Amino acid sequence: MAMTLAEKIFKSHLRDEPFPGTKALAIDVVLCHEITTPIAINDLAARGKDRVFDPEKIKAVIDHVTPAKDSKTAQQGKILRDWAKRQNIRDFFDIGRNGVCHAIFPEKGFIRPGYTVIMGDSHTCTHGAFGAFAAGVGTTDLEVGILKGVCAFREPKTIRINISGAMPEGVYAKDVILKIIKELTVNGATDCVMEFHGSVVKGMSMESRMTLCNMAIEAGGTSGVCMPDEVTVDYLWPFISSDYKDKKAGLEDFKKWWSDEGCEYVKVIEINVSGMEPQVTYGYKPDEVKNISEIEGAPVDQVYIGSCTNGRLEDLRAAAQYLKGRQIAPGVRGIVSPATPKIFREADEEGLIKIFMDAGFCVTNPTCGACLGMSNGVLAPGEVCASTTNRNFNGRMGKGGMVHLMSPAVAAVTALEGKIADPRKFRREGI
Amino acid sequence: MKSFGGKVMFLDRANINTDEIIPARYLTEISKEALRPHMLEDLQLDGFDPKAPNNQDAKVIVTRANFGCGSSREHAPWVFEMNNINVVIASSFARIFRQNMFNCGMLAIELPEADIEKLFRYKNIGARIDIDFDKNSLTISSGKESDAFSYRISGFDRALVEAGGWVEFADAKY
Repeated sequence: MAMTLAEKIFKSHLRDEPFPGTKALAIDVVLCHEITTPIAINDLAARGKDRVFDPEKIKAVIDHVTPAKDSKTAQQGKILRDWAKRQNIRDFFDIGRNGVCHAIFPEKGFIRPGYTVIMGDSHTCTHGAFGAFAAGVGTTDLEVGILKGVCAFREPKTIRINISGAMPEGVYAKDVILKIIKELTVNGATDCVMEFHGSVVKGMSMESRMTLCNMAIEAGGTSGVCMPDEVTVDYLWPFISSDYKDKKAGLEDFKKWWSDEGCEYVKVIEINVSGMEPQVTYGYKPDEVKNISEIEGAPVDQVYIGSCTNGRLEDLRAAAQYLKGRQIAPGVRGIVSPATPKIFREADEEGLIKIFMDAGFCVTNPTCGACLGMSNGVLAPGEVCASTTNRNFNGRMGKGGMVHLMSPAVAAVTALEGKIADPRKFRREGI
Repeated sequence: MKSFGGKVMFLDRANINTDEIIPARYLTEISKEALRPHMLEDLQLDGFDPKAPNNQDAKVIVTRANFGCGSSREHAPWVFEMNNINVVIASSFARIFRQNMFNCGMLAIELPEADIEKLFRYKNIGARIDIDFDKNSLTISSGKESDAFSYRISGFDRALVEAGGWVEFADAKY
């Protein structure tokens, strides 16, 4: 029978079907951070079950508030750190080595096609970019994942999204996913996997595919997925080269996860990007999206470039090419957070950090901080932030603050103007 | 099993997200108890005050579509649990929130829009909802008025509620 990628992963990982329609899957990677994991750790200890199903399959990072900003966040870090040591979790990334979870875990090669991935974080859907089934879960699911290596899901339905056309100048993966969320609405993909197909996706880097999949949850989606192809093989090659005789063999193996011809989709959506404008959110829901020409000129107090959506090297490059040799507008605060130490280092070596600093940006260490209003760039009531993050909920980046979601290119030129600006009207500099 | 039913709190808006239920600034707490005073603190709903007398002692929330969207934080069900609210009734839920409710042995009940409308007729007259878990039915009442509804939950979700949550269920089974 023809199956979707998600159906194939469910079939190959099925541990049990406790009730019709509910599938308990074996989990390949359980990812942990210091906000949602400590309560699971403490609960396991209180139950006399302070153990893990497999320390090799658990990866942990301190990323949301790092360095710790107060005693409480220091305590959260300590619980995770002590636990990682106690349970022999070798892949634990602490200060100096830590980065935003959905950027650092793929960078380390932990996510592979066909994997099942869970994390106590809604943007876990990012990892579907590798052809994995990756779902955000709550602390209880995480706790059971840690203890048993199992997680239960409803049978997945899949929405196919075909993205075709030629990406216009100034338009990026972020604009495409905002446009898709606008079309699907904030619950249009609930209980569904969003499968991204088409020439535009094939032409995207892994970074862009992660941006695309990262925001599947903003349409309610369980996981975003892309078919693993040559781009996936190239990205993962440093980690898989000993598993295959050459890249071609790797690709052939990855292809077994591809959705079959004739598989069942609950919905098929066609998106043509030709002629598309950069997209920006205007309200307090991620489906409240406008063409930039409809919102250009709206003033902002802060510009934030970073996060699991757009804090990767190509995002910093996209912003830097507009910032080079220019200054951000007086009165605007620019903050950039490279998402991992590797990205930070490479951005430095390429001269991007200098471009940001010369333009007047504050460069922070890798952290999630500002995106959810926890640290490193919290808004005051009444302030507006132009942000490359993924949620524009009311008060998301600070109580009483407002967020416009956008690509790094739009964020960069918005910083230059102090109001939402259109990158297509700016000259890009060689970087 | 937890106890279900009692006074109703009506949240008359769709797409209430988990940041509104429990803001991220309280995610630095490592005990559920510490969340208790902050339930619905940032909810954007005209005239709503979580601390108002008519919202005190509520045991059931009635709301609209896509409740609990956004962050995966289980702090959202926990803050309800800490305030003795073990039931949320909505026309639809975001997946992670819904699963988190059942994983905690709590009830997330989906009813058709038309039934939700009928429940909202009780919004301004003070109402209670009683749940008959064995029969998958619920009754809303105020004075002499009452309406009954049947609902469906999956066999798995029912088993989680009966077991007291997913940790208990999974530990016994896997």
